[in-house]
Amino acid sequence: MTKIKLNINNKDTVLEADPQMPLLWAIRDLAGLKGTKYGCGVAQCGACVVHLNGEAVRSCVTKVSRAEGKKVVTIEGLSEDNNHPVQKAWQDLDVPQCGYCHSGQIMSAVVLLREKPDPTDQDIDDAMAGNVCRCGTYLRVRKAIHLASELQKTASNG
Amino acid sequence: MKFLKFRRTPLISQRNATLLSVLIFCGAVALSAFRTTDHLVTIHFKTENKDSIESVKAFMDVYTVLMSPRCMNCHPAGDVPLQGDDSHLHAMGPKRGADGKGVYAMKCMNCHQPTNTPGLHTPPGNPNWHLPPADMKMVFQGKTPHELAKQLVDKSKNGNKDTKQLLEHAHDSLVLAGWDPGEGRTLPPMSHKDFVKAWNTWIKKGAYAPAPTTN
Repeated sequence: MTKIKLNINNKDTVLEADPQMPLLWAIRDLAGLKGTKYGCGVAQCGACVVHLNGEAVRSCVTKVSRAEGKKVVTIEGLSEDNNHPVQKAWQDLDVPQCGYCHSGQIMSAVVLLREKPDPTDQDIDDAMAGNVCRCGTYLRVRKAIHLASELQKTASNG
Repeated sequence: MKFLKFRRTPLISQRNATLLSVLIFCGAVALSAFRTTDHLVTIHFKTENKDSIESVKAFMDVYTVLMSPRCMNCHPAGDVPLQGDDSHLHAMGPKRGADGKGVYAMKCMNCHQPTNTPGLHTPPGNPNWHLPPADMKMVFQGKTPHELAKQLVDKSKNGNKDTKQLLEHAHDSLVLAGWDPGEGRTLPPMSHKDFVKAWNTWIKKGAYAPAPTTN
């Protein structure tokens, strides 16, 4: 076991962990943040997406040692009151069905809207193709990303 | 017997015959020179002991490696990488992006870690995992030996690499990753050592391209 320093949701944190431990285990079991989900364990479904220095990494295959000294943001740290434009759009359109994949969906969508504030349907498909939803909420996800784009513009204008 | 009575008479004098032989020889040499340049593309590199036969032979070994899944999968004809020993389109359809490192939430390094992830069907790793960039795609998929050899030494298509950089590229960490592909993936058809030997021979003997018809 090694002491690993990282910043989770803007809080400096020291975890005692095997450096080979998946970041997902560290987040869920050591830091106690259960919003990020385990899906496939081999980086194919996207349920475990968190931000590592702003990038949408899959925490099931990312070793906790890769996160050392870096900023990790989970679904719990995206906003203080669930008022991030993407979260608001998800609520307004009632996007989730079972909800299991949606923390990963939202974390991926946030990266898309940061890099492409006004995305086309093709941009959304390109960005979200790695986030699988067994309930098939893809059309609502797309609609919510367009809405979030509008909410983001409104927020930045006023 | 009748034919024994046949008297051989010279059609031309010995002097003219010698002159004709010399002319035929010179003509043959000139024609063979044209034929050589028609079949081989000479790359203008500073080389030692040029030898088109040795060079082309070495390149055909190089070609088998470059067209193996471990190399070709990241040099696709389209903008989606290939995957697996059958070189199918990568699951999830990640896109190349301008810099070759993916787009938005689908960047290569989001899944591909600095090292191989243990287990079957997990992402292979490298600290610099990427495709060639959009403005220099360096496509291998579908190329004939002739086309690929020409592309590899064309600085406008090979990432602006000169001879020295080409020779060094055989030791690039991402090239070496082909011989450490992670569990369940086949290796290229020869060892890295043999690949480097063939690669160096191809370049140092003149970097000749095989004839266009060679497949």
